[in-house]
Amino acid sequence: MLSQNGENRILAGGMTLLPSLKHRLAAPPALVDLAGIGPLRGISKSPEGILIGAMTTHSTVASAPLVREVLPSLGELAGGIGDPQVRHRGTLGGSVANNDPAADYPAACLGLGATIVTNRRRLAADAFFNGFFSTALAPAEVLTSILFPVPKRAAYVKFANPASRYSMVGVFVAQFERHVRVAVTGAGRDGVFRIRVFEQALEAEFSPQILPAHSIPLDYLNSDMHASAAYRSHLINVLAKRAVGACLRVHAKAPMRHGGAVAY
Amino acid sequence: MTSLGSNVGAFREVTITVNGRKVTANVDTRTLLVEFLRETAGLTGTHVGCDTSQCGACVVEFDGDSVKSCTMLAVQADTGAVTTIEALGTAEALHPMQEAFTEHHALQCGFCTPGMVMSACDLLRKNPSPTQAQIREWLDGNLCRCTGYNNIVAAISAAAPVLATGAQGEGTP
Repeated sequence: MLSQNGENRILAGGMTLLPSLKHRLAAPPALVDLAGIGPLRGISKSPEGILIGAMTTHSTVASAPLVREVLPSLGELAGGIGDPQVRHRGTLGGSVANNDPAADYPAACLGLGATIVTNRRRLAADAFFNGFFSTALAPAEVLTSILFPVPKRAAYVKFANPASRYSMVGVFVAQFERHVRVAVTGAGRDGVFRIRVFEQALEAEFSPQILPAHSIPLDYLNSDMHASAAYRSHLINVLAKRAVGACLRVHAKAPMRHGGAVAY
Repeated sequence: MTSLGSNVGAFREVTITVNGRKVTANVDTRTLLVEFLRETAGLTGTHVGCDTSQCGACVVEFDGDSVKSCTMLAVQADTGAVTTIEALGTAEALHPMQEAFTEHHALQCGFCTPGMVMSACDLLRKNPSPTQAQIREWLDGNLCRCTGYNNIVAAISAAAPVLATGAQGEGTP
Protein backbone atom coordinates (compact mmCIF):
# COMPACT_ATOMS: atom_id res chain seq x y z
CA MET A 1 0.00 0.00 0.00
CA LEU A 2 2.87 2.32 0.79
CA SER A 3 4.45 1.67 -2.61
CA GLN A 4 1.13 2.08 -4.42
CA ASN A 5 0.73 5.67 -3.40
CA GLY A 6 3.47 7.87 -1.94
CA GLU A 7 0.83 9.93 -0.16
CA ASN A 8 -0.32 6.98 1.98
CA ARG A 9 0.87 7.23 5.57
CA ILE A 10 1.80 4.69 8.23
CA LEU A 11 -0.37 4.74 11.35
CA ALA A 12 1.47 3.70 14.50
CA GLY A 13 0.01 5.02 17.78
CA GLY A 14 -1.68 7.90 16.04
CA MET A 15 -0.87 10.37 18.82
CA THR A 16 0.72 12.76 16.33
CA LEU A 17 -0.79 11.67 13.02
CA LEU A 18 -4.46 11.72 14.03
CA PRO A 19 -4.28 15.22 15.53
CA SER A 20 -2.53 16.30 12.30
CA LEU A 21 -5.40 14.91 10.26
CA LYS A 22 -7.95 16.59 12.51
CA HIS A 23 -6.19 19.91 11.96
CA ARG A 24 -6.00 19.33 8.21
CA LEU A 25 -2.22 19.53 8.36
CA ALA A 26 -2.14 16.28 6.41
CA ALA A 27 -4.73 14.52 4.25
CA PRO A 28 -3.33 11.15 3.17
CA PRO A 29 -5.55 9.08 0.86
CA ALA A 30 -5.07 6.01 3.08
CA LEU A 31 -3.54 4.97 6.36
CA VAL A 32 -1.54 1.76 6.78
CA ASP A 33 -2.19 0.57 10.32
CA LEU A 34 0.70 -1.35 11.88
CA ALA A 35 -1.26 -2.29 15.00
CA GLY A 36 -2.00 -5.84 13.93
CA ILE A 37 1.62 -6.78 13.28
CA GLY A 38 2.64 -8.68 16.43
CA PRO A 39 6.39 -8.96 15.78
CA LEU A 40 6.66 -5.17 15.90
CA ARG A 41 5.98 -5.18 19.64
CA GLY A 42 8.22 -6.37 22.43
CA ILE A 43 11.34 -5.74 24.45
CA SER A 44 14.28 -8.15 24.56
CA LYS A 45 17.89 -8.23 25.66
CA SER A 46 20.82 -9.24 23.46
CA PRO A 47 24.58 -8.95 23.91
CA GLU A 48 24.38 -5.74 21.87
CA GLY A 49 21.81 -4.10 24.11
CA ILE A 50 18.06 -3.72 24.52
CA LEU A 51 15.96 -4.30 21.41
CA ILE A 52 12.54 -2.65 21.38
CA GLY A 53 9.89 -3.20 18.71
CA ALA A 54 8.65 -0.12 16.87
CA MET A 55 5.03 -0.55 17.97
CA THR A 56 5.90 -0.86 21.67
CA THR A 57 4.00 1.80 23.59
CA HIS A 58 5.61 4.40 25.84
CA SER A 59 3.80 2.99 28.87
CA THR A 60 5.13 -0.50 28.12
CA VAL A 61 8.70 0.79 27.90
CA ALA A 62 8.26 2.84 31.08
CA SER A 63 7.04 -0.11 33.13
CA ALA A 64 9.03 -3.01 31.65
CA PRO A 65 11.11 -4.76 34.35
CA LEU A 66 13.91 -5.40 31.84
CA VAL A 67 14.16 -1.68 31.01
CA ARG A 68 14.00 -0.68 34.68
CA GLU A 69 16.80 -3.06 35.49
CA VAL A 70 19.14 -2.52 32.56
CA LEU A 71 18.35 0.91 31.07
CA PRO A 72 16.29 2.88 33.61
CA SER A 73 17.02 6.25 31.99
CA LEU A 74 15.13 5.10 28.90
CA GLY A 75 12.16 3.93 30.93
CA GLU A 76 12.03 7.21 32.82
CA LEU A 77 12.21 9.15 29.55
CA ALA A 78 9.31 7.12 28.16
CA GLY A 79 7.34 7.66 31.38
CA GLY A 80 7.61 11.43 30.93
CA ILE A 81 6.18 11.59 27.43
CA GLY A 82 2.82 13.34 27.16
CA ASP A 83 0.27 11.99 29.63
CA PRO A 84 -0.89 8.49 30.65
CA GLN A 85 -3.50 8.19 27.93
CA VAL A 86 -1.03 9.28 25.26
CA ARG A 87 1.53 6.85 26.65
CA HIS A 88 -0.98 4.00 26.35
CA ARG A 89 -1.11 4.50 22.57
CA GLY A 90 2.03 6.37 21.47
CA THR A 91 4.86 4.21 20.16
CA LEU A 92 8.66 4.26 20.03
CA GLY A 93 8.76 3.81 16.26
CA GLY A 94 6.15 6.46 15.61
CA SER A 95 7.99 8.99 17.74
CA VAL A 96 11.41 8.32 16.20
CA ALA A 97 10.16 8.16 12.61
CA ASN A 98 8.36 11.46 13.10
CA ASN A 99 11.40 13.22 14.60
CA ASP A 100 9.48 16.05 16.22
CA PRO A 101 12.18 18.53 17.29
CA ALA A 102 10.65 18.58 20.79
CA ALA A 103 10.20 14.81 21.15
CA ASP A 104 12.10 12.92 23.84
CA TYR A 105 13.02 9.62 22.18
CA PRO A 106 15.39 11.14 19.57
CA ALA A 107 17.55 12.40 22.46
CA ALA A 108 17.78 8.84 23.82
CA CYS A 109 18.56 7.42 20.37
CA LEU A 110 21.31 9.93 19.74
CA GLY A 111 22.48 9.93 23.36
CA LEU A 112 22.89 6.17 23.47
CA GLY A 113 24.09 5.76 19.90
CA ALA A 114 21.16 3.51 19.07
CA THR A 115 20.73 1.48 15.88
CA ILE A 116 17.51 2.08 13.97
CA VAL A 117 16.34 -1.14 12.31
CA THR A 118 14.02 -0.95 9.32
CA ASN A 119 12.53 -3.49 6.94
CA ARG A 120 15.50 -2.79 4.64
CA ARG A 121 18.59 -1.90 6.67
CA ARG A 122 20.17 -0.84 9.95
CA LEU A 123 21.06 2.80 10.48
CA ALA A 124 23.16 4.44 13.18
CA ALA A 125 21.29 7.15 15.06
CA ASP A 126 24.02 9.61 14.02
CA ALA A 127 22.97 9.06 10.42
CA PHE A 128 19.22 8.87 11.01
CA PHE A 129 17.96 12.26 12.18
CA ASN A 130 18.02 14.60 9.22
CA GLY A 131 16.51 17.79 10.50
CA PHE A 132 13.15 19.28 11.32
CA PHE A 133 10.60 16.39 11.18
CA SER A 134 12.94 14.63 8.78
CA THR A 135 14.75 11.29 8.92
CA ALA A 136 16.78 9.07 6.62
CA LEU A 137 13.78 6.76 6.08
CA ALA A 138 13.08 6.24 2.37
CA PRO A 139 9.53 6.21 0.97
CA ALA A 140 7.73 2.99 1.96
CA GLU A 141 10.56 2.08 4.37
CA VAL A 142 9.22 0.96 7.76
CA LEU A 143 11.03 1.36 11.08
CA THR A 144 10.65 -2.05 12.76
CA SER A 145 12.76 -1.86 15.94
CA ILE A 146 15.49 0.06 17.73
CA LEU A 147 18.56 -1.42 19.43
CA PHE A 148 19.79 0.61 22.42
CA PRO A 149 23.33 -0.08 23.68
CA VAL A 150 23.60 -0.29 27.46
CA PRO A 151 25.85 2.41 28.96
CA LYS A 152 27.66 2.38 32.28
CA ARG A 153 25.23 5.06 33.38
CA ALA A 154 22.88 7.54 31.79
CA ALA A 155 20.26 10.13 32.66
CA TYR A 156 17.70 12.29 30.90
CA VAL A 157 16.70 15.66 32.29
CA LYS A 158 13.89 17.55 30.67
CA PHE A 159 12.43 21.00 31.11
CA ALA A 160 8.88 20.29 30.01
CA ASN A 161 6.45 22.82 28.66
CA PRO A 162 3.86 22.74 31.45
CA ALA A 163 0.90 22.61 29.06
CA SER A 164 1.99 20.27 26.29
CA ARG A 165 4.71 18.46 28.27
CA TYR A 166 6.93 18.47 25.19
CA SER A 167 10.60 19.23 25.85
CA MET A 168 11.45 22.87 25.82
CA VAL A 169 14.93 21.48 26.37
CA GLY A 170 15.82 17.85 27.11
CA VAL A 171 19.37 16.61 27.66
CA PHE A 172 20.40 12.95 27.55
CA VAL A 173 23.84 12.09 28.91
CA ALA A 174 25.30 8.59 28.60
CA GLN A 175 28.67 7.40 29.84
CA PHE A 176 30.19 4.33 28.18
CA GLU A 177 33.43 2.54 28.92
CA ARG A 178 35.60 4.95 26.98
CA HIS A 179 33.30 7.64 25.65
CA VAL A 180 30.45 9.95 26.59
CA ARG A 181 27.51 11.07 24.48
CA VAL A 182 25.42 14.18 25.11
CA ALA A 183 22.26 14.73 23.07
CA VAL A 184 19.86 17.67 23.22
CA THR A 185 16.25 17.82 22.07
CA GLY A 186 13.67 20.60 22.13
CA ALA A 187 16.26 23.30 21.61
CA GLY A 188 17.58 22.94 18.08
CA ARG A 189 16.16 24.57 14.97
CA ASP A 190 16.85 21.34 13.10
CA GLY A 191 15.93 18.87 15.81
CA VAL A 192 18.08 16.73 18.07
CA PHE A 193 21.85 17.30 18.17
CA ARG A 194 24.99 16.27 20.08
CA ILE A 195 27.38 18.61 21.89
CA ARG A 196 30.92 17.40 21.18
CA VAL A 197 32.46 20.03 23.49
CA PHE A 198 30.54 18.60 26.46
CA GLU A 199 31.29 15.01 25.44
CA GLN A 200 35.04 15.67 25.30
CA ALA A 201 35.01 17.49 28.64
CA LEU A 202 33.09 14.67 30.32
CA GLU A 203 35.40 12.04 28.82
CA ALA A 204 38.30 13.78 30.56
CA GLU A 205 36.40 14.02 33.82
CA PHE A 206 32.81 12.95 34.37
CA SER A 207 31.58 15.66 36.70
CA PRO A 208 29.08 18.52 36.42
CA GLN A 209 31.73 21.07 37.42
CA ILE A 210 33.86 20.20 34.41
CA LEU A 211 31.24 21.30 31.91
CA PRO A 212 32.50 24.45 30.25
CA ALA A 213 30.23 27.45 30.17
CA HIS A 214 29.62 26.61 26.58
CA SER A 215 27.41 28.74 24.45
CA ILE A 216 25.59 27.01 21.65
CA PRO A 217 25.38 29.58 18.81
CA LEU A 218 21.98 31.19 19.17
CA ASP A 219 21.11 30.93 15.50
CA TYR A 220 21.40 27.15 15.87
CA LEU A 221 18.66 27.20 18.49
CA ASN A 222 14.91 27.57 18.32
CA SER A 223 13.17 30.77 19.44
CA ASP A 224 9.39 30.59 19.82
CA MET A 225 6.51 31.69 22.02
CA HIS A 226 7.65 29.30 24.75
CA ALA A 227 11.30 30.31 25.06
CA SER A 228 13.94 32.41 23.36
CA ALA A 229 17.09 30.88 21.91
CA ALA A 230 19.09 32.54 24.70
CA TYR A 231 16.91 30.96 27.38
CA ARG A 232 17.22 27.57 25.72
CA SER A 233 20.99 27.97 25.51
CA HIS A 234 21.03 28.67 29.24
CA LEU A 235 18.79 25.67 29.95
CA ILE A 236 21.05 23.34 27.96
CA ASN A 237 23.92 24.14 30.32
CA VAL A 238 21.78 23.78 33.43
CA LEU A 239 20.16 20.52 32.37
CA ALA A 240 23.42 18.99 31.16
CA LYS A 241 24.90 19.58 34.62
CA ARG A 242 21.81 18.06 36.24
CA ALA A 243 21.96 15.04 33.95
CA VAL A 244 25.59 14.39 34.88
CA GLY A 245 24.67 14.88 38.53
CA ALA A 246 21.83 12.39 38.15
CA CYS A 247 24.25 9.85 36.66
CA LEU A 248 26.54 10.29 39.65
CA ARG A 249 23.87 9.76 42.28
CA VAL A 250 24.41 6.29 43.70
CA HIS A 251 20.83 5.46 44.56
CA ALA A 252 18.00 5.76 42.05
CA LYS A 253 15.58 8.49 43.01
CA ALA A 254 11.97 8.95 42.14
CA PRO A 255 11.60 11.60 39.43
CA MET A 256 11.43 15.15 40.77
CA ARG A 257 9.17 17.64 39.19
CA HIS A 258 9.40 21.33 39.98
CA GLY A 259 8.28 24.25 37.90
CA GLY A 260 8.08 22.12 34.81
CA ALA A 261 11.51 20.51 35.16
CA VAL A 262 11.59 16.74 35.45
CA ALA A 263 14.87 15.41 36.74
CA TYR A 264 15.99 11.81 37.00
CA MET B 1 -9.02 4.11 -1.82
CA THR B 2 -10.47 7.58 -1.74
CA SER B 3 -8.93 10.44 -3.63
CA LEU B 4 -7.97 13.66 -1.93
CA GLY B 5 -10.82 16.12 -1.75
CA SER B 6 -13.47 13.50 -2.34
CA ASN B 7 -16.66 13.92 -0.32
CA VAL B 8 -17.25 10.19 -0.18
CA GLY B 9 -15.31 8.38 2.50
CA ALA B 10 -14.29 4.75 2.55
CA PHE B 11 -16.57 2.65 4.75
CA ARG B 12 -15.89 -0.41 6.88
CA GLU B 13 -17.98 -2.53 9.16
CA VAL B 14 -16.69 -2.50 12.70
CA THR B 15 -17.79 -4.36 15.80
CA ILE B 16 -16.83 -2.83 19.11
CA THR B 17 -17.91 -4.24 22.45
CA VAL B 18 -19.15 -1.20 24.37
CA ASN B 19 -19.93 -1.70 28.05
CA GLY B 20 -20.29 -5.41 27.44
CA ARG B 21 -22.61 -5.08 24.46
CA LYS B 22 -21.46 -5.68 20.88
CA VAL B 23 -22.15 -2.68 18.66
CA THR B 24 -21.79 -3.26 14.92
CA ALA B 25 -21.98 -0.50 12.37
CA ASN B 26 -20.79 0.43 8.91
CA VAL B 27 -18.71 3.54 9.51
CA ASP B 28 -16.80 6.08 7.48
CA THR B 29 -13.21 5.07 8.23
CA ARG B 30 -12.53 8.66 9.31
CA THR B 31 -14.94 8.27 12.23
CA LEU B 32 -13.26 8.93 15.57
CA LEU B 33 -13.90 6.51 18.41
CA VAL B 34 -15.54 9.32 20.39
CA GLU B 35 -17.93 9.96 17.49
CA PHE B 36 -18.75 6.25 17.32
CA LEU B 37 -19.47 6.15 21.04
CA ARG B 38 -21.60 9.28 21.08
CA GLU B 39 -23.43 9.00 17.78
CA THR B 40 -23.52 5.32 16.87
CA ALA B 41 -23.65 3.81 20.34
CA GLY B 42 -25.68 6.73 21.65
CA LEU B 43 -23.54 7.14 24.78
CA THR B 44 -23.08 10.86 25.25
CA GLY B 45 -21.37 10.76 28.64
CA THR B 46 -18.01 10.84 26.84
CA HIS B 47 -17.33 14.43 25.82
CA VAL B 48 -15.38 16.27 23.13
CA GLY B 49 -13.62 19.17 24.83
CA CYS B 50 -10.72 20.33 22.69
CA ASP B 51 -9.30 19.78 19.23
CA THR B 52 -5.80 19.08 20.39
CA SER B 53 -5.86 15.80 22.38
CA GLN B 54 -5.03 17.65 25.58
CA CYS B 55 -8.15 18.02 27.71
CA GLY B 56 -9.11 14.42 28.44
CA ALA B 57 -12.89 14.97 28.43
CA CYS B 58 -13.03 12.06 25.99
CA VAL B 59 -11.14 9.52 28.10
CA VAL B 60 -12.58 5.99 28.06
CA GLU B 61 -11.14 2.58 28.79
CA PHE B 62 -10.04 0.57 25.75
CA ASP B 63 -8.75 -3.00 26.16
CA GLY B 64 -7.75 -2.30 29.75
CA ASP B 65 -6.10 1.11 29.36
CA SER B 66 -7.43 4.66 29.55
CA VAL B 67 -7.19 6.35 26.15
CA LYS B 68 -8.29 9.58 24.53
CA SER B 69 -11.17 8.48 22.33
CA CYS B 70 -10.89 11.65 20.23
CA THR B 71 -7.44 10.52 19.15
CA MET B 72 -8.42 7.05 18.01
CA LEU B 73 -10.31 5.98 14.93
CA ALA B 74 -13.29 3.69 15.42
CA VAL B 75 -11.65 1.23 13.03
CA GLN B 76 -8.66 0.99 15.41
CA ALA B 77 -11.06 -0.24 18.10
CA ASP B 78 -12.62 -2.91 15.87
CA THR B 79 -12.95 -6.25 17.76
CA GLY B 80 -11.87 -4.49 20.95
CA ALA B 81 -13.71 -3.59 24.15
CA VAL B 82 -14.53 -0.10 25.34
CA THR B 83 -15.87 0.94 28.73
CA THR B 84 -17.48 4.35 29.09
CA ILE B 85 -18.67 6.34 32.10
CA GLU B 86 -22.17 4.95 31.66
CA ALA B 87 -20.96 1.53 32.80
CA LEU B 88 -19.70 2.65 36.17
CA GLY B 89 -22.84 3.30 38.09
CA THR B 90 -26.27 4.86 38.16
CA ALA B 91 -27.73 7.77 40.06
CA GLU B 92 -29.27 5.23 42.43
CA ALA B 93 -26.12 3.17 42.79
CA LEU B 94 -23.05 5.30 42.35
CA HIS B 95 -19.65 3.75 41.75
CA PRO B 96 -17.30 4.50 44.69
CA MET B 97 -15.34 6.91 42.50
CA GLN B 98 -18.53 8.77 41.63
CA GLU B 99 -19.50 8.71 45.33
CA ALA B 100 -16.14 10.21 46.24
CA PHE B 101 -16.42 12.92 43.59
CA THR B 102 -19.83 13.87 45.00
CA GLU B 103 -18.67 13.82 48.64
CA HIS B 104 -15.61 15.92 47.92
CA HIS B 105 -17.25 18.42 45.56
CA ALA B 106 -14.86 17.35 42.81
CA LEU B 107 -17.04 18.69 40.02
CA GLN B 108 -18.85 21.93 39.19
CA CYS B 109 -19.96 22.09 35.57
CA GLY B 110 -19.26 18.39 35.17
CA PHE B 111 -17.87 18.59 31.64
CA CYS B 112 -14.45 17.15 32.46
CA THR B 113 -15.90 14.72 35.00
CA PRO B 114 -16.52 11.58 32.94
CA GLY B 115 -12.97 11.74 31.60
CA MET B 116 -11.60 12.47 35.08
CA VAL B 117 -13.46 9.53 36.60
CA MET B 118 -12.43 7.09 33.85
CA SER B 119 -8.83 8.28 34.08
CA ALA B 120 -8.85 8.02 37.88
CA CYS B 121 -10.26 4.49 37.79
CA ASP B 122 -7.45 3.46 35.47
CA LEU B 123 -4.91 4.97 37.86
CA LEU B 124 -6.27 3.00 40.80
CA ARG B 125 -6.26 -0.23 38.80
CA LYS B 126 -2.56 0.29 38.14
CA ASN B 127 -1.54 1.99 41.38
CA PRO B 128 -4.06 1.17 44.15
CA SER B 129 -2.44 3.54 46.69
CA PRO B 130 -1.16 6.56 44.86
CA THR B 131 0.43 9.53 46.59
CA GLN B 132 -0.96 13.01 45.99
CA ALA B 133 1.94 13.72 43.67
CA GLN B 134 1.26 10.55 41.69
CA ILE B 135 -2.42 11.44 41.36
CA ARG B 136 -1.60 14.94 40.12
CA GLU B 137 0.93 13.56 37.66
CA TRP B 138 -1.55 10.96 36.37
CA LEU B 139 -4.10 13.72 35.76
CA ASP B 140 -1.68 15.53 33.39
CA GLY B 141 -4.00 14.59 30.56
CA ASN B 142 -7.23 15.75 32.19
CA LEU B 143 -7.96 19.48 32.30
CA CYS B 144 -10.56 21.10 34.55
CA ARG B 145 -11.50 24.76 34.25
CA CYS B 146 -13.76 24.89 37.28
CA THR B 147 -12.40 23.22 40.37
CA GLY B 148 -8.69 23.95 40.62
CA TYR B 149 -8.09 20.17 40.93
CA ASN B 150 -7.64 19.99 44.74
CA ASN B 151 -11.06 18.45 45.34
CA ILE B 152 -10.54 16.02 42.46
CA VAL B 153 -7.29 14.83 44.02
CA ALA B 154 -9.01 14.54 47.41
CA ALA B 155 -11.83 12.50 45.88
CA ILE B 156 -9.42 10.09 44.21
CA SER B 157 -7.43 9.73 47.44
CA ALA B 158 -10.65 8.96 49.27
CA ALA B 159 -11.82 6.44 46.68
CA ALA B 160 -8.53 4.55 46.67
CA PRO B 161 -8.94 2.54 49.88
CA VAL B 162 -12.59 1.82 49.07
CA LEU B 163 -11.69 0.39 45.67
CA ALA B 164 -8.64 -1.42 47.04
CA THR B 165 -10.83 -3.45 49.40
CA GLY B 166 -13.06 -4.41 46.49
CA ALA B 167 -16.14 -2.74 47.94
CA GLN B 168 -17.43 -1.46 44.61
CA GLY B 169 -20.72 -0.70 42.94
CA GLU B 170 -21.73 -2.36 39.70
CA GLY B 171 -19.75 -1.84 36.56
CA THR B 172 -16.04 -1.85 35.91
CA PRO B 173 -13.79 -0.11 38.45
